[in-house]
Amino acid sequence: MANALIGKDFTPPDVRGKVTGRAKYAEDFRAEGMLFCRLLTSPMPHGRVRNIDASAALAMEGVIAILTADEVPEIPAPGNPILTNEPLYVGEPILAVAAVDETLAEEAIAKIKVDLEPLPFTVDPLESLRPGGPNARGSANTVVSGEGLKEIKWTTEDFDAVADGELPMGEPTATWSYGDIEEGFSGAAVVLDETFVTAGTSHHSMEPRTAMAYWQNEKCHIYGSTQSQSFVVPGLARYLGLEPDNVVYVGENCGGGFGSKGAAYPTMVIPALMAKKTGRPVMMRISRAEEYAIGSARPGFQGRVKLGFREDGRLLACDLYVVQENGPNGGFGDMSAAASAISIVYTPVAMRFRGASVLTNTPPRGAQRGPGQNQIANAIEPLFDKAARKLSVDRFAIRRVNAPDHDSRYGANRGAITSAYLGEALDKGAEKFDWQKKQAQSGQRRGSKVIGVGIGQAFHSAGSNGFDGLVRLTPEGKLHIHTGVGNLGTYSYAGTSRVAAEVLKCDWKNCVIERGDSSIGLPWNLGQFGSNTSFTMSRTNYAAAMDAVGKLKEIAARDLGGAPDNYEIGNEAVFRRSNPSRRMTYAAAAKRAIQLGGKFCGHEMADDLNPMTKAAVRGLAGTGLVGVAKDNLPRTGMVPALAAGFIQIELDLETGKFEILDYLGVADCGTVIHPQGLAAQIRSGAVMGFGMASLERQVYDPHYGLPRSVGLYQAKPPSYLDVAVGMGAEAVDQPDPQNPMGTKGIGEPLMGCASAALLCAISDALGGHYFNRSPVLPDMIINAASQRPQSHTPLQVNTD
Amino acid sequence: MSNVTLNVNGTTHTVDAEPSTPLLYILRNDLGLRGPRFGCGLGQCGACTVIIDGMATRSCVTRISRVQGEITTLEGLVKDGTLDPVQQAWIDEQVPQCGFCQNGQIMTAKALLDKNPNPTDTEIREGMAGALCRCMTYYRVQAAIKRVAGGVVTGEPVAAKGGVE
Repeated sequence: MANALIGKDFTPPDVRGKVTGRAKYAEDFRAEGMLFCRLLTSPMPHGRVRNIDASAALAMEGVIAILTADEVPEIPAPGNPILTNEPLYVGEPILAVAAVDETLAEEAIAKIKVDLEPLPFTVDPLESLRPGGPNARGSANTVVSGEGLKEIKWTTEDFDAVADGELPMGEPTATWSYGDIEEGFSGAAVVLDETFVTAGTSHHSMEPRTAMAYWQNEKCHIYGSTQSQSFVVPGLARYLGLEPDNVVYVGENCGGGFGSKGAAYPTMVIPALMAKKTGRPVMMRISRAEEYAIGSARPGFQGRVKLGFREDGRLLACDLYVVQENGPNGGFGDMSAAASAISIVYTPVAMRFRGASVLTNTPPRGAQRGPGQNQIANAIEPLFDKAARKLSVDRFAIRRVNAPDHDSRYGANRGAITSAYLGEALDKGAEKFDWQKKQAQSGQRRGSKVIGVGIGQAFHSAGSNGFDGLVRLTPEGKLHIHTGVGNLGTYSYAGTSRVAAEVLKCDWKNCVIERGDSSIGLPWNLGQFGSNTSFTMSRTNYAAAMDAVGKLKEIAARDLGGAPDNYEIGNEAVFRRSNPSRRMTYAAAAKRAIQLGGKFCGHEMADDLNPMTKAAVRGLAGTGLVGVAKDNLPRTGMVPALAAGFIQIELDLETGKFEILDYLGVADCGTVIHPQGLAAQIRSGAVMGFGMASLERQVYDPHYGLPRSVGLYQAKPPSYLDVAVGMGAEAVDQPDPQNPMGTKGIGEPLMGCASAALLCAISDALGGHYFNRSPVLPDMIINAASQRPQSHTPLQVNTD
Repeated sequence: MSNVTLNVNGTTHTVDAEPSTPLLYILRNDLGLRGPRFGCGLGQCGACTVIIDGMATRSCVTRISRVQGEITTLEGLVKDGTLDPVQQAWIDEQVPQCGFCQNGQIMTAKALLDKNPNPTDTEIREGMAGALCRCMTYYRVQAAIKRVAGGVVTGEPVAAKGGVE
């Protein structure tokens, strides 16, 4: 039967608030007697606090308290600390000051004398790997999965064994392989062995992260800026040493996260700890420069990849080595994710991955849209073009022949996948974009301008399971859909809520999404990150709605006779299949559920629910018919989100600038649940990718370790001027068999496929010059066009 | 500190503040408005944009002592309980993503359209170039501006909290 809601456009309920100013972000919550708190941060990339003299600051009228690292819970290394006495990057918070207003807090900070001992630092992983090279953390320069902080040094022989510009490959900290790569390379028609660099990039969310907190009846109430809702609570509780039940978390809207606000983060609890110390509500807003420092960043890569291709372009072997610039703390698993991405996007017959994650005195790293997968798309896709040129194979064909199918295997463990339609995405893109015609225009000149075309592909693992769904039918005849996933702004929280309405055949006008405040009763859900919401939350909402359907039928059978199986639902009523006049409206059934009590209205519930869900149900018990269930639906594979981007540009060889003439993004996201929202993601993700390919990067002064790209002007996220003239959006729209609605996630690869496509098009316009570097900047293009050397060395990182 | 008089959304307010205080701080902290937002405090992103005598103005770098004219904020676009066509077009095109910068997008677009009711693509891009959006909603912004320029948008009443909100 055709869906009434899934696959149809709708206006997500928070859109209106965002265009009228009614939407509340963390900064919009205020409390009586609230103090403001500001941070004193490190001016140097690595140092040790020898002494703090805050006497002059504390003597100022209106300055209430300071909070130092000695007073806050210590986070075990290599976790990101709340406050520190050994700052590991410029901008790391050392202490906080609370005052009656922010100006006063800032003036007080200026009066605090911090005696800081400078310590050795590094902003270049290879420098740290050299014998005798500086360590970001004194005794350690790497973090190994399962082992923690360690020191790793490569030998002089490792460095001497390679030619200038080639990545040395010493002892790795992570490795896996499958198949016989040597056999693959020996049988290859073309083998490429290339060194590459991808830049680290700041998240630069538009909302500088804010948090406000107060304590009431032993409970800590926190208003924050996070992508996720329920998922944040246990993390906050751990930071504060509380049970999750004693944390009330409000996160109605999040002013951008892109991975940097997926879970609770340490600065969120500074106002909470300050509120505890002062006995007053405390708000902490931060500056744009502080957001650069503590707002997370994508790890940069220094990498080397050997690719062996058969004559028809099939990838026989891939040998990847990645040195990851990891910031000073635990960082993120980008390098492993990058390797796994190769395994599924190009399905190499044999593959080996080696990696070393190296600590640097730069901002802490975290997941950024397509972590690892998008960096590796930037590195690998242009090399596929290079191989295609050498093999005289079409650039579409070399991708198509390597595209995964449903039986393809993923990553180190060669695990199964749920579905893969990347080949179909390529086919659809080639047809809609008219690849053959556009490719024929490649190299056409107009004065100093030349046409380039490209295709890019990207991937992210995009779905999980095992979380809880919670819905409630009330005597007023409303369906309340309780969602704890959070609201990053992609509207998938609303799109997946419609699954419950679809299953229960409810008019969307009669539905209320309950979200944004843990005190209103929200289920345990995974966070809104990793492109997982569409897959994961459609399952939880399906499970909860099916539980409600079952209860509706049971109630109807009790009151109207027969067995539950004799009943159907429709038009917001449950009715006897053989005699539809024997019916009970949802409103009436909700009333009966309250009368019947027990499981029907939430006084009893399944044992396998998460304690957070159980607490939510206890709070809601007796208010209606409660549908609540854990997602126990089977999932037997990784859920691949896959995307392909097609691009045509006109590159000016004199200025190094380009205009994007046409772009088309094609998504393999299973069944489309919200077409307008999907099209928005395809286009906006692409523009973010254009920035990754051609604008954004972190810049460090290697001598002093000081950051230069702290502001929006310096970091250069794309503006209107970087948007393509034409931007198409398409989807394969084939259902994933392991989701009840057929849907799966897509957000992250939409960026990577566009970024990679643009890099390919730039190289194409230059007649096949491959930079092995992202971003590609105008000066690099001019140097390439005029056959001059680049101003950076091949392995140099954090360059301007 | 001194008394400064500001005319905001048709209402006169007198605030006791340092003359050098950025207008944004007065709008948000003293007048309780939530439309204009602090994105950078440096005039780089545009999230704080208000319209002063028809000009899109960055309130985070505008001292209150220098403000002479009528200030319109996002809240002031609603007239007689009805959304401005620009706001309506923003809803129809589902422009906002995280939404944090959208005040700046809408106010910049409003000032642009008031001066030039039928902007070309190039004029839209150049007119909007300073309003940054990290979610990259630019394409939808352009579509919404064209929708308004096409003259087919009529603002709906500002709905009270209800429906699925």
